[in-house]
Amino acid sequence: MKEILLIALGAILVNNFVLSKFLGICPFLGVSKKSSTAFGMGGAVIFVMTLSSAVTWTVYKFLLEPNGLDYLQTIVFILVIAALVQFVEIVLKRFIPALFKALGIYLPLITTNCAVLGSALLNIESNYNLLHSVVFGLSAGVGFTLALILFSGIREKLEFCDIPDAFQGLPITFIAAALVSVAFTGFKGLFGI
Amino acid sequence: MAKPSSKAFSVLKNGIMKENPVLKMVLGMCPSLAVTTMARNGIGMGIAATFVLTGSNIVISLIRKIVPDKVRIPVFITVIAGFTTIVQMLLNAYLPDVYKELGIYIPLIVVNCIILARAEMFASKNSVGLSVLDALGMGGGFTIALLIIGSVREILGAGTWMGITLTKNIFDPAVIMVLPPGGFLAFGFIIAVINKISVLKVRNKEISSGCGMNCAGCAIQSGENGGDGQ
Repeated sequence: MKEILLIALGAILVNNFVLSKFLGICPFLGVSKKSSTAFGMGGAVIFVMTLSSAVTWTVYKFLLEPNGLDYLQTIVFILVIAALVQFVEIVLKRFIPALFKALGIYLPLITTNCAVLGSALLNIESNYNLLHSVVFGLSAGVGFTLALILFSGIREKLEFCDIPDAFQGLPITFIAAALVSVAFTGFKGLFGI
Repeated sequence: MAKPSSKAFSVLKNGIMKENPVLKMVLGMCPSLAVTTMARNGIGMGIAATFVLTGSNIVISLIRKIVPDKVRIPVFITVIAGFTTIVQMLLNAYLPDVYKELGIYIPLIVVNCIILARAEMFASKNSVGLSVLDALGMGGGFTIALLIIGSVREILGAGTWMGITLTKNIFDPAVIMVLPPGGFLAFGFIIAVINKISVLKVRNKEISSGCGMNCAGCAIQSGENGGDGQ
């Protein structure tokens, strides 16, 4: 139980995917302009990431490893994730069309979201079992969403700020991200992780 | 003969200067920020990605007329994943140091948006020769960008460049630059400098030539770098 808690807190706070591992920067910058889309994207990522952690772990342990095919993991993982994203897309389109519209181009982009593939690869690299992998995927997704929502709040405020010309748009966004990231480095050493 | 070769040159130059994938298009941010704690890692990552980009651009350009439109993205991703696996195995075999240093960011080349973007926007529409040049230009631009970010972070954060100590008696390195926040910070400032330079350039052009009623072009060029402050 303690181990699971440590994995969860580690993935959400200490080794936050966006702010300390730089995974999933594209959607982080893309959809963090408004908190409403940030929530939607975060939800989609949590869902896909938890699911993909379970599926890729199972595929790796029961299909690739016993047959000595572990060198195929990159190809297999990305295809599994692509299929999952397609599935989520169909479900959202059918049941929550408003959210589907709001997420727009970013939903198919989850396929090329390094965070999702990253969590699948890290699960294998850290030798987690199935439960640990699912917890890791879930909490990495939660960490991603947390960063996204925190940051969208800052960006909404930033719009009313008087920013030097050269810093308008992306540069100030990155500098704000740096400050949020500084805050998250404060979690280093917490719980001995 | 003069025309095709000048087109080839402009394709090559496009990736390095005008549409630099990292500095101008802001694609492929994850590796750009994650591995650039040292200039050397930046180069390693840049070369690995250039290899994958070149390979995938060649194959995708070759099969562009066979692949049905509907399944093209999965096909592209599979091709890219194949080349990424090749790079992963080559690095593991011949450059284990670099392999260890770059870690999971090597398999993550497969989700580098630059590669898929070039496959979709260029290789699936152009001949093999031009696609190779485009890949080399984009890969070169990517490598140069990583080298710049890596150099800034390594010099400020560790006081070294490519492992050579530079700032021994000048200033104490600010460790934060090699920590994650430094990645965001360095990149923000680099983009700001580039914005400043391109704003000055556009202004000079306007003064010398007046507005050549090419407003669409202006909007595209200055849209992303916030010249008109959305």
